[in-house]
Amino acid sequence: MARIELESISHSYDSLSKPEDEREYAVSGLDISWADGSANALLGPSGCGKTTILNIISGLLYPTAGRVRVNGNDVTGLAPRERKIAQVFQFPVVYDSMNVFDNLAFPLRNQKTPEKTVKTKVEETAEILGLADRLKSRTTGLNAADKQKISLGRSIVREDTAAVLLDEPLTVIDPKFKGELRRKLREVQNRLKKTMIYVTHDQHEALTFADNVTIVKDGRLIQKGSPEELHAQPATPFIGYFIGSPGMNLLDCSLDDGRLQFADFALPIGQDMQKKMASYGKDFKFGIRPEFLDVAAEEKNRAVEFTVAVIEDTGAYKVLTCDRRNSRIKARVSESISIREGDRVWLSFPEDKVNLFYNEQRII
Amino acid sequence: MKNRGWLFLIPALAILSISAFIPLMTVINYSLHYIFAGSSPTFVGFDNYIEVLRDPAFQGALIRQLFFSMGILAVEVPLGICIALSMPRRGPAVALCLVLLGIPLLIPFNVVGIIARVLTQSSVGLIPEFLALFNYDFNVSKYPVDAFATIFLLDVWHWTPLVALLCYAGLQAIPDAFYQAARIDGASSWKMFRYVTLPKLRSVLIIGVLLRFMDSFKIYAEPLLLTGGGPGDATTFLSLHVARKAESYQLGYAGASSFIYLFIVIVFSYIFFQLMTNIGKGENQ
Repeated sequence: MARIELESISHSYDSLSKPEDEREYAVSGLDISWADGSANALLGPSGCGKTTILNIISGLLYPTAGRVRVNGNDVTGLAPRERKIAQVFQFPVVYDSMNVFDNLAFPLRNQKTPEKTVKTKVEETAEILGLADRLKSRTTGLNAADKQKISLGRSIVREDTAAVLLDEPLTVIDPKFKGELRRKLREVQNRLKKTMIYVTHDQHEALTFADNVTIVKDGRLIQKGSPEELHAQPATPFIGYFIGSPGMNLLDCSLDDGRLQFADFALPIGQDMQKKMASYGKDFKFGIRPEFLDVAAEEKNRAVEFTVAVIEDTGAYKVLTCDRRNSRIKARVSESISIREGDRVWLSFPEDKVNLFYNEQRII
Repeated sequence: MKNRGWLFLIPALAILSISAFIPLMTVINYSLHYIFAGSSPTFVGFDNYIEVLRDPAFQGALIRQLFFSMGILAVEVPLGICIALSMPRRGPAVALCLVLLGIPLLIPFNVVGIIARVLTQSSVGLIPEFLALFNYDFNVSKYPVDAFATIFLLDVWHWTPLVALLCYAGLQAIPDAFYQAARIDGASSWKMFRYVTLPKLRSVLIIGVLLRFMDSFKIYAEPLLLTGGGPGDATTFLSLHVARKAESYQLGYAGASSFIYLFIVIVFSYIFFQLMTNIGKGENQ
């Protein structure tokens, strides 16, 4: 087990030298550290550099600049096996000419572990993964979820594994087995307390697996925190929108005479907020999560009138898309509220749930 | 007829019967009769088969043929894999490699035979001239070893590219993740080849081995053009032997030996197919 640190890591695929142009870099200036034994997620949209970061950590890629440290030791120049970092890939990797037992034993046998130890370790690992009854079976008949378990098994079977990297491990798994495998991953992490980094573009997977989520966009770190922090205090409007379902409502507004002026309505705000905002400037982005909006069917003080354009009913809750001439807001309401498309609603915005962004940075 | 879909098979069956069934039936018919030019056929049962199997010339051709085909497989398959492994995976060099490998495959058998004859002709050929520099008297129409080796090397040159191209296509289809995982699992390069590359190439190798076995078992034009099966019977392979008998109007003998020939090809192909499909596929189960 180990603490993993990235120190001003940059990587460019385009050239062997160091390009001048910022855009040439797949990732740049990353400083991230993951605590020993923690469950982490690396979350970002497709093409943001997640896999590059993972390959730099595992040693499959040598970064253009920066250092990788494991427990404080510089491992930047070391090969994957010397780092003792294991990786589970998007497509389950099993050696099809071997049975389940030999697959799990492969990393141990490569280290010339005595056959007796191999047997104990493999049986122990299979027990954790729930594969104990299939050790002698061929791998060809297994489903993708079980194959993925074998991939995971090979990474945890070595006692000296410092960390396990999971590269979108659920992408190709049948929806039927996704939940089970996700719980298994979480359970393995809890039980073994190995440092794990789970890479995904799926916020749901990231938030349910990890205690600590790192969000990357365009090769840069934009926020690192617990799922609650990311949800309640997103560092940028992008995270607000990216995390949560549906994402945060984001509206342009300006501070005008003690009120927030939107495209076609205005909201009065408190003194403290006004003061803080005034110190920044005039134009802001206003963010509020759909679940924090107060929806009323009748006119109400300090509420704004909207028309319900679309209702998406998930069965557990309803998502209302509410329109006004130039504004559109999504609100999440309980299933019990009876409402129809075309109805008028009054939305109020609880001030303590409001996020304000200035220049793409969160200020409140 | 319950299923009218069978009607659609009629054109295919018609073509197949002209190209395969009818000739095959004719051959079987011949093989059961004693036929000699002019005389009317007499039914002799399996006498022709017994004669063929007892004929030392047939036995010699068969042994020569098996030795040749096994040698071809033993050389062309590993060599093809090595070529495929050493080819670039991307870049402009790929196209160049593919063209170079493709050239031998585009040359017809008989042209290859003629090229070989020109190259090996004593007193004018390049090869005897070159080997004379090392005091080696190379003569395909005199020394059995020289003739056999020439045919063998000719086939290796002609057909190894096919195995290489098949393997190359197979290699391209192996996802990088498998190699990355093996590296992370601490596998040596040999183990990566043994447990990742080879199992993933299994299906193309089955095709490659079967194609090369069947084709080399049918080798005909090259020995015919080089030395006509000589010197002696050093390069008289099965097909040459059968063709000679047919040319001398021993149709019963030729029919029986053709049928035995076909049977041997099918049996060996089946054995190879079974071996390669099942080899090393999870031990217990």
